[in-house]
Amino acid sequence: MAAVGVFALAALVLSCKCDSVEKPSDATGAGTGSEAERSGPAAASAGSEAPGGGAGAAVSLPDSCEEELLIRPLHSGDIYASFQFRTLWDTDFLHQGKKVSHYRLFPKSLGQVLSKFSVRELHISFTQGYWRTMQWGQPIVPSPPGAELWVWFHNTVADVDGNWKELTNVLSGIFCASLNFIDSTNTVQPSASFKPLGLGNATDHRFLRYATLPREIVCTENLTPWKKLLPCGSKAGLAVLMKSEKLFHSSFHSQAVHIRPVCKDWQCSSTAWELRQTLNVVFDLYTSGQGKKEWSLFKMFSRTLTEACPLASSSKVYVDVTDNPEGELFDLSPATSVLNTAVVLGDRRTYSVYDLTQKETFGQLRSLNLVLRWKGESGDMLRPLLHAERYVAGFGLQTGEIHTLIYNNHPYRAFPVLLLDSVPWYLRLYIHTLTVTSKTRENKPSYIHYQPSKDRLRPHLLEMLVQLPPHSVTEVTVQFERALLKWTEYTPDPNHGFYVGSSVISALVPSVVAMDTNNTQERPLFSSFFPTKEESSYFVRVYTEPLLVNLPTPDFSMPYNVICLTCTVVAVGYGSFYNLLTRTFQVEEPSQPLAKRLANVIRRIRGVPLL
Amino acid sequence: SYLFIYLFYYITTKATQFFNSGHTNNWAVLVCTSRFWFNYRHVANVLSVYRSVKRLGIPDSHIVLMLADDMACNHRNPKPATVFSHKNMELNVYGDDVEVDYRGYEVTVENFLRVLTGRLPPSTPRSKRLLSDDRSNILIYLTGHGGNGFLKFQDSEEISNVELADAFEQMWQKRRYNELLFIIDTCQGASMYERFYSPNIMALASSQVGEDSLSHQPDLAIGVHLMDRYTFYLLEFLEDIHPASQANMNDLFKVCPKSQCVSTPGHRTDLFLRDPRSVLITDFFGSVRKVEITREAVNLTSAAEQPVEATKEPKSEPLSYVDQLPVAEIIHQKPKQKDWHPPDGFILGLWTLILLVFFKTYGIKHLKHIF
Repeated sequence: MAAVGVFALAALVLSCKCDSVEKPSDATGAGTGSEAERSGPAAASAGSEAPGGGAGAAVSLPDSCEEELLIRPLHSGDIYASFQFRTLWDTDFLHQGKKVSHYRLFPKSLGQVLSKFSVRELHISFTQGYWRTMQWGQPIVPSPPGAELWVWFHNTVADVDGNWKELTNVLSGIFCASLNFIDSTNTVQPSASFKPLGLGNATDHRFLRYATLPREIVCTENLTPWKKLLPCGSKAGLAVLMKSEKLFHSSFHSQAVHIRPVCKDWQCSSTAWELRQTLNVVFDLYTSGQGKKEWSLFKMFSRTLTEACPLASSSKVYVDVTDNPEGELFDLSPATSVLNTAVVLGDRRTYSVYDLTQKETFGQLRSLNLVLRWKGESGDMLRPLLHAERYVAGFGLQTGEIHTLIYNNHPYRAFPVLLLDSVPWYLRLYIHTLTVTSKTRENKPSYIHYQPSKDRLRPHLLEMLVQLPPHSVTEVTVQFERALLKWTEYTPDPNHGFYVGSSVISALVPSVVAMDTNNTQERPLFSSFFPTKEESSYFVRVYTEPLLVNLPTPDFSMPYNVICLTCTVVAVGYGSFYNLLTRTFQVEEPSQPLAKRLANVIRRIRGVPLL
Repeated sequence: SYLFIYLFYYITTKATQFFNSGHTNNWAVLVCTSRFWFNYRHVANVLSVYRSVKRLGIPDSHIVLMLADDMACNHRNPKPATVFSHKNMELNVYGDDVEVDYRGYEVTVENFLRVLTGRLPPSTPRSKRLLSDDRSNILIYLTGHGGNGFLKFQDSEEISNVELADAFEQMWQKRRYNELLFIIDTCQGASMYERFYSPNIMALASSQVGEDSLSHQPDLAIGVHLMDRYTFYLLEFLEDIHPASQANMNDLFKVCPKSQCVSTPGHRTDLFLRDPRSVLITDFFGSVRKVEITREAVNLTSAAEQPVEATKEPKSEPLSYVDQLPVAEIIHQKPKQKDWHPPDGFILGLWTLILLVFFKTYGIKHLKHIF
């Protein structure tokens, strides 16, 4: 009785503010550890299965979740940790007749968003920091600095723009971010990039919207609702490692939510909804590692792992030991004999696997703290095959030039890349000055799509398919002019500058090793993010830096100064002139001293003329 | 029998006290209006009040938190994801589960007044709305830079005391509050509550007109002042309050006397109907829930059986993923059909001119050859 009372109070106090997330499993996953709670998951699963199954565990559930953590030591001494949580649910959100009402592992707030706005695919990411491809290699899940949102709507939607506007507002409430600043001035409709990552055949780009907010800050208030979407919350499994004080004290932090329809099974006859939550973080050797080349879970996250999420069907930690086949580079403890190889980003890599669902992984102390101790010096990193940079050239506050450099480091293969540039309207691009040069020769793109901007309505959109020659640098330059904004359009801190979102470069890079095109469920999550259709190349997306451009800023104290000056001139100049012209002078008798006044009074009485 | 009468009297006063305040839910609107790193203390002020209010029971869904700039994840912060209130870095008021509703450029006078009056665009999410009713006690806390009769928002606009008073009157007329506690920690803060004229408002300010509110102490590692004096002593006072505390408003008026605060805190209670002595601190800062214990059994209906769905016939051919970069398809992509617009006035005028000139030169008889 008291437990129920405490329960209810705890549930009330801990309810999520950014749109309520009701999960029947929340009550069972609270972890008070009593017998009633242990049988909770079994009861919940019995309720959601098809009738006729009874309380048996033999019937497969319509939803399942997996979690994994990939730890990759980088050549510069930093360490890269990538969390992926995937929930698969066999249901139909877009079915017109029957509304989905029973949610178990899939968060209700996102499910309602999908059905209300007829969303086919949703990708949202929040990133702090910039991914340094030359030092760290390619990321598992790429993301640009700031916030990025791209959505494919279902082809039954009549008003895509209206749905988009409402969707951004709802998401800003769910993720505590200012996504409501996404409007027509920063939304574009790419015509060839951002093809759907999920199943489907028709790809009419009228149903795609892409927007990015490079200025968006990521902090604990974005992590809190993100953690609440996980089936186990931050109470069990890998998510206990997510402490904001450590996660944000890093060189790179990115959290994302990806929702798409995927194959339900290897036959791929029907679709299931997949929700992937990814969190990528790169810890710096000097700020988090105190300069010592020794990394452990406790040093990175100030926590160790104690158990897997009870609701997850698989919970694994992968450590990349490809550079350490004989153990000569670093020592990994506790040692494990389970090795797994996977082809990731065109390279065959070996991983030590720790399965958290097995009790033996946790050892005597019932906690897992992976320690990597460096012994030798690592060699040079393999140069990434594709990488890009962008910068603004020029001087002054009137004109400038945007340079985008795309590097193809493959020794003998050329491959095409698709470059997407979205520039705000206040930088007026002169497309007649657009030049694409590779190896000092002009390189004509095979496809150009340009949509000019409209002041205060639409940004510039430039998409080009460029063939990159092997071992070369391709430079794309375009000149622009800076516009003067209306004084109410300036932000409260205009001298900081205005951001231009990252360029997106999508490419099919030739792979060193044959890619695995077999879409079975047994692959680790980090190798199945981008679907692979052919063996000889893999798809990669590279984001450039966002640009920070200074616009000519007026002096905002001008109205006050003008009023003061004008009033002074009017009062002093015109006023004195007017007075001189219209003033009349009257002679005034000076007041007489008292004695004289008295004498005058006596004289008046006597009738004698006054003094 | 005297004992009986005495007991009866005691129980009735306790019962009336229990139901005295007349409110059923609590809301809080906490606003920091300053931008830039050197205004760290204003964010720390608001977060301390947020922390106290959450600790005393108001849930995140009933708190509208507006922070004009991000200090915790600011690149100048030597300890990211933390905001400290005391120079020994003892108390991280940012915490691990903060939820900020309005942040950065969204904190404007317009948004603040819209939140108060409830006149928000229809697509605003629930977490950004103040969904109070006529039985809500609302705590409004403002901090930032202010002057005689105004409060500066983000260095670019300001809200005047008249506007604020009118907003509260709108709230009263729309029955959006039962009682309102207004606390302001700015320079010359007392000027902001001078113009209130709606009933049931109690106001506190950190300084009188003509006085400046001063900051407490700087931290040498972080490099800025961490908190304002009034809110510092207010936080110290609130840390001693627990959800069942009986401390009343008179104790709150005594927080931070002139010896500690250098400025003279002021308060205004003439618009408030109840005696401040009988108003509990937790009436505004806490959310004490009145729980009714029942001994009857409640009959829950059994979970409705899920109707057996006709298994979907598997589609004839397997679905496949879309090609991410179909080069051939892209190169041969047909250009997007541009929407047809009727010809511009200029084009029409030009064609009319050309036709007129043609017929003028060659005569009207050629017209029949055209039509």
